[in-house]
Amino acid sequence: MTPDQWIALFAGIVGGALRVGTPFLFVSLGECLTEKSGRINLGLEGVLVLSAMAAFAGAYLGESAWIGVLCGALAGGLLAALHGVLCSLPRVNDVATGIALMLLGTGLAFYLGKPFIQPQAPQIPALELGGWSSSPAVQSALQINMLLPLGLALAVLLWWGFTRTRWGLLVRMAGDSANAARALGYSINGIRILATTVGGMIAGLGGASLTLFYPGSWNEGISSGQGLIAVALVIFARWSPLRCIGAAALFGGAGAIGPALQSVGVGWGYHLFNTVPYVLTLLILVLTCKPGSVAQGSPGELSSR
Amino acid sequence: MSFSHLIPPVKPATGALTLETYELTKRFGSFTAMDSVTMKVEPGTVHALLGENGAGKSTLVKCVAGFQRAEEGSIMIDGREQDIANPVIARALGIGMVYQHFTLAPGMTVAENLLLAADKVPFLVDWKAKRAELQAFLATTPFSLNLDACPADLAAGEKQKLELLKQLYLKPRLLILDEPTSVLTPQEADEVLGHIRDFARRGECTVIIITHKFREVMAYADAVTVLRKGKAVHHCRVADTTPALLALAMMGESASTADSEQKVPAAQVVPVQAAPDSIANSSTPALQVDDLHALGDRGTLAVQALSLRVMGGEILGVAGVSGNGQRELVEALVGQRTRLSGTVRVMGQPYQATRQENRALKVRSLPEEPLRNACVGDLSVAENMALRDFDQAPLAVGGVLRFPTWRARARAWIAEYGIKTQGETAPIRSLSGGNVQRAVLARELAGDINVLIAANPVFGLDFAAVAEIHSRLRKVRGRGAGVLLISEDLDELLELADRIVVMSEGRIVFETTAAAADRHVLGAHMGGGAHGEEHSIVEKAAA
Repeated sequence: MTPDQWIALFAGIVGGALRVGTPFLFVSLGECLTEKSGRINLGLEGVLVLSAMAAFAGAYLGESAWIGVLCGALAGGLLAALHGVLCSLPRVNDVATGIALMLLGTGLAFYLGKPFIQPQAPQIPALELGGWSSSPAVQSALQINMLLPLGLALAVLLWWGFTRTRWGLLVRMAGDSANAARALGYSINGIRILATTVGGMIAGLGGASLTLFYPGSWNEGISSGQGLIAVALVIFARWSPLRCIGAAALFGGAGAIGPALQSVGVGWGYHLFNTVPYVLTLLILVLTCKPGSVAQGSPGELSSR
Repeated sequence: MSFSHLIPPVKPATGALTLETYELTKRFGSFTAMDSVTMKVEPGTVHALLGENGAGKSTLVKCVAGFQRAEEGSIMIDGREQDIANPVIARALGIGMVYQHFTLAPGMTVAENLLLAADKVPFLVDWKAKRAELQAFLATTPFSLNLDACPADLAAGEKQKLELLKQLYLKPRLLILDEPTSVLTPQEADEVLGHIRDFARRGECTVIIITHKFREVMAYADAVTVLRKGKAVHHCRVADTTPALLALAMMGESASTADSEQKVPAAQVVPVQAAPDSIANSSTPALQVDDLHALGDRGTLAVQALSLRVMGGEILGVAGVSGNGQRELVEALVGQRTRLSGTVRVMGQPYQATRQENRALKVRSLPEEPLRNACVGDLSVAENMALRDFDQAPLAVGGVLRFPTWRARARAWIAEYGIKTQGETAPIRSLSGGNVQRAVLARELAGDINVLIAANPVFGLDFAAVAEIHSRLRKVRGRGAGVLLISEDLDELLELADRIVVMSEGRIVFETTAAAADRHVLGAHMGGGAHGEEHSIVEKAAA
């Protein structure tokens, strides 16, 4: 391969990490917040697909990408709130509810999204950070989703908020020991419903970046399981919002290996390389698990169910 | 205390308060947990509530702390009747409660736990200022704790101190402690209780303490109320009473016959059949553990290089403060936890805790929390009793399970062990704790036994059940089995065991014969203190 091809390959992977990593980042941040409060939301895949559809529809009908972003966040929050409320009922299991929610969210999105498969909606404007380079590959790789800086800020905000604000401390306490929170007179269900809802809204931003930036259109295969992978990402990131950034970039980059190789003329194994994120998920879960022990930093309430 | 009469008539909003209950009654369905309890707690005193499990002590304090509401009667604070409908109202009145079980967030730091306990957590936390404030607060108390440590990494004694600090941070006027020393070494208990008494003496708060331990009542309380079957049967000043009088009040007029649950013939309770010196005729230990390592839940070594021997006809007691690897040791022995390294031999044979080996080598176990660790809650009593040998004759013939035989045997055991159940087909979770333990005992003690591993076998049981289970453990020893008895209760070990080893931080740190055992020496080793006492060397050489 020529140096140019190497640059193109590298740029392709970095660009993928930025583009594909953005929805990963939002979804894993949303899941991180939810799990910190002591609940698992496996329905995030449904949240992601529904919010992607809602964002696209909002942008198309409202003729503004930002209206779409808002719609995506609201739709995500609404579906997650349903999860939060359902799980607060006695004897309701959050894993089972999450799976039901995943099917409900995708089903709703497919049903309501039928009219939006063809049209074009206004897109989220890109930040051009590649102006310094003459290489078109680098320039296109560094066209950044304007939501990405928001996601990075959100990660820092969550990290900061978990230790420095009343809300953050309460969320962590509810996730760490429901008994402790109850003994102090706080409503566990209230905290968890709120955390799940806000987590869903954050994940909804991920949905918006799917349909309004990259790939930039609505179709039924838009998410391809990113919402589920995000659950694994959070475990991989050991429930730290900052580490979610790295995890999301890693998975985004891994997902871009196939297309990037194809763009520099490596034709074989395209589909094989596309499986890299999933293989990576399995590999990381195997490598980072310690049988018979509880991960440091994991919310205590999660492991008890 | 005499100075309590000097409290001025206009009650201050801070400082110790006076608590009175009048005819307080609480029912759960048809069961009366607390029956017309009237008592008075003088300000600035330590008031002990004494009673067996289920006597109504917890119900009483839960009503005072607002977690439950009494159906009848009233609660008076400083002579004024108060309706304490929930914990928030109780807190506003200055009532703080330290629970029997920890209510700490294990993964959050000490500073965060303390801050969250405060009345008002600021929206934005200025940690620099807050830490300074917390340090200043800690300086006013006799306890020192690292603000950055997480409770998950703290010893039980430190956790208990943190629980106390959480309440003291709120400047309570009445502090309620529910068995505060159940997880502490005797030294730690003395330290904590001593400080609590000082708080009361200084008039900072009134203290109610629930306990089983006469020693603590006599040493640290000013007055005591004894509850039995929901009734307050005895009030007195500690100075005017003796442990014997209190025990009498606790168990009713005649301890041996009053409790209807007691079905053990007296002959079973008395004899200590195997004297320690008659043991050593067989040279192969019943249970031999060498260099055992096992990981805890958080991936740290919970059991380290642990070796011990239990001879046939001997009870080896394992003392230690809970959380020092005892649970992991038992789990590693009975096959609930992977062993990292080391060997376990039963009667000289390697033992991996498989079902076949259990059967061939006759190993039985009484794990703690039997409902969780030794039973399937929704299965019937008869089915649970058959768990060990349901696939063997006579319970199964030619691969066909013969349920009538299960039920017949269960009925026989229910009668023999005096198990209170609606019948052998009732789900075992419907039984009380003592009866679940009896059912498990019946299963585990059937037939020949080489090794019995028992972990806190009487935890949470009442007096009668304790006496019965102890007598059965002695009988197992008398039949020549080796018994490994893990217990947090030193009294139990001193009473039952032939030898005692102390476990601290996953290791055996001390060994002695029960006859030569000294409570304070054991306590020092349990707390990870003194090592290399002459005892241990002598005893190890003897063994």
